[in-house]
Amino acid sequence: MSGVGPRLAEIASSGRAALVGYLPAGFPSVDESVSLVSAMVDAGVDVVEIGLPYSDPVMDGATIQDAVEVALAGGTRTRHVLAVVEAVAGLAPTLVMTYWNPVERYGVERFASDLSSAGGAGLITPDLIPDEAPEWLAASRRHDLDRVFLVAPSSTRERLVTATDACRGFVYATAVMGVTGARGAVGAEASGLVARAKEVTDLPVGVGLGVSTGRQAAEVAGYADAVIVGSALVAAVQRAADPADARHRVAALAAELARGVRGEL
Amino acid sequence: MTNQRTTELPDASGHFGRFGGRFMPEALIAPLDELERHWRQAMADPAFVAEFQGLLSSYAGLPSLLYDAQRFSTAVGGRVLLKREDLNHTGAHKIRNVLGQALLTRRMGKQRVIAETGAGQHGVATATACAYFGLDCVVYMGEVDTERQSLNVARMQMLGAEVVPVTTGSRTLKDAINEALRDWVANVDSTHYLLGTAAGAHPFPAMVRDFARGIGDEAREQCLALLGRLPDAALACVGGGSNAIGLFAGFVDDADVRLFGFEAGGDGFETGRHAATISAGQVGVLHGTRSFLLQDDDGQTIESHSISAGLDYPGVGPEHAWLADTGRATYRPVSDAEAMEAMVLLARTEGIVPAIESSHALAGVASVVQELGPDAVVVVCLSGRGDKDADTAARWFGFAGRAEPEPEGNTQQQPEQPGPL
Repeated sequence: MSGVGPRLAEIASSGRAALVGYLPAGFPSVDESVSLVSAMVDAGVDVVEIGLPYSDPVMDGATIQDAVEVALAGGTRTRHVLAVVEAVAGLAPTLVMTYWNPVERYGVERFASDLSSAGGAGLITPDLIPDEAPEWLAASRRHDLDRVFLVAPSSTRERLVTATDACRGFVYATAVMGVTGARGAVGAEASGLVARAKEVTDLPVGVGLGVSTGRQAAEVAGYADAVIVGSALVAAVQRAADPADARHRVAALAAELARGVRGEL
Repeated sequence: MTNQRTTELPDASGHFGRFGGRFMPEALIAPLDELERHWRQAMADPAFVAEFQGLLSSYAGLPSLLYDAQRFSTAVGGRVLLKREDLNHTGAHKIRNVLGQALLTRRMGKQRVIAETGAGQHGVATATACAYFGLDCVVYMGEVDTERQSLNVARMQMLGAEVVPVTTGSRTLKDAINEALRDWVANVDSTHYLLGTAAGAHPFPAMVRDFARGIGDEAREQCLALLGRLPDAALACVGGGSNAIGLFAGFVDDADVRLFGFEAGGDGFETGRHAATISAGQVGVLHGTRSFLLQDDDGQTIESHSISAGLDYPGVGPEHAWLADTGRATYRPVSDAEAMEAMVLLARTEGIVPAIESSHALAGVASVVQELGPDAVVVVCLSGRGDKDADTAARWFGFAGRAEPEPEGNTQQQPEQPGPL
């Protein structure tokens, strides 16, 4: 089996949580997004999430909305996202985070095939639940790809079973009821949600939404198998004066987060 | 045509054939399940249904008239019966849905309501229902729309609602829906999202249809009383599709009654600047449902264009997609120019100023009569009144009494000012 599972298992056996870093393809440009991913992996990110820019990102807060608007205005197409995956997949296991319509429009089977050819590990699908995903379940099996579905504080036990049974790779636990974006505190509900998920699955459980500092990463690493950071990395790019500064800022934040998941803060 | 009866849809998982469903973040799935459970229990509770019907008659002025529009009929052909939803409280069919959902909000024990609005009509209706029930109300409205519909912003504020301008994306209706969904996922314990059309994730398309279906049920009874028979066709405009699905619901099981939906053809179907989702869109997923939508080759939503803000939406309710797919209903585009011509024709033959949205359905009458013959009797849903559109009409026709000249960006060819009819 390929995908991110083997790498997560290896990290777990070394006694720490994994660090998952998100950046959107095409932000601020296709080439620069490749450099930024490379910088965050060099600084200690274990697993990469490449965001597929979409016109109607209902699960994203202002930071990621602004970034994907830049990516779309710059002409980022689905094929560019796959090219970014191809460029970085050799550095670390790489998933694509995407709203569902772009995949459906590209063709589910064709997307799975091209993602696999590009060396991608699978998909994180924030607006696709397993109940609506028979085509993706079949295509991901044919192409040996990970399926990362979300669970939320509102998920009932029955929903947790449905979601985690359909996952491969890991389970994405959203720490709060809300959208992406840095928060002062990671939701108090997150640890309880991870515990409830672990009652129904043996898969690793990652926690995302709101983690932005090394200290928060360390806290989440205390109960989750993976710590997922997105908006804070995007915001680091947005604050940068130029491409070199952006790489520097992303690397500095990734290094701080990597120390957090290793308990070195 | 499939063998499945529309009245049995959606299925248990919220699908109309290959359309519908729930394409939503997992965080909202349990709340959607809870909403569906409350809604089904409410509709099976005689006390709830009686309270809803009582409100419609005592507060909203229903049932609305079915009016025999003889001079208009003479002008366009056939016999046209107008379902006068424009006479309802707040001036459109939307009061039915908002009263139903506001009652449900109270039944669920929630105190806060959020809504999206384009032109402001659904926002005003929602603010009205919230004022009536004493609920907190927040309306998301694209910044572009708050500027071009400032009168409706003031109406909502008068009713006590908070209007939040949305500055993301194209800053129009679809972005207002995105922002409302973001609010909902963060506040779902206390908040009901009062969606304004028969689209979105299950159970919204079925729930909105059922709250709006009085349009069709009343019209069916009124036809039988007036004519002793059913009409030959039922016509409505389609944006998201709530007035059309409400009308169609009354007739969909009467195989001899043809159903026609008229979409916004904007500058003209061939220009690509329109909102004719079924006629020109492809199957895809937007705002929680699978239906037809306007999208590019990568599945990015394309902005729609229509002179009518109420039809200016790049998606359409999933039941309409299903009715189109099965051939039970026929959908056609009507251009801005055709709709405006029908608007002024009704005004000058009947003394009724229709909303520009509803004027799309009026514009469709001639083609339907041509198809069905001069003896055809058609019911047209006059879904809203046109007071809100006086400014747009004045600009379009160049009526005198307007202080400002043509606004920026309107490069459309202006028709001649209509003469006496």
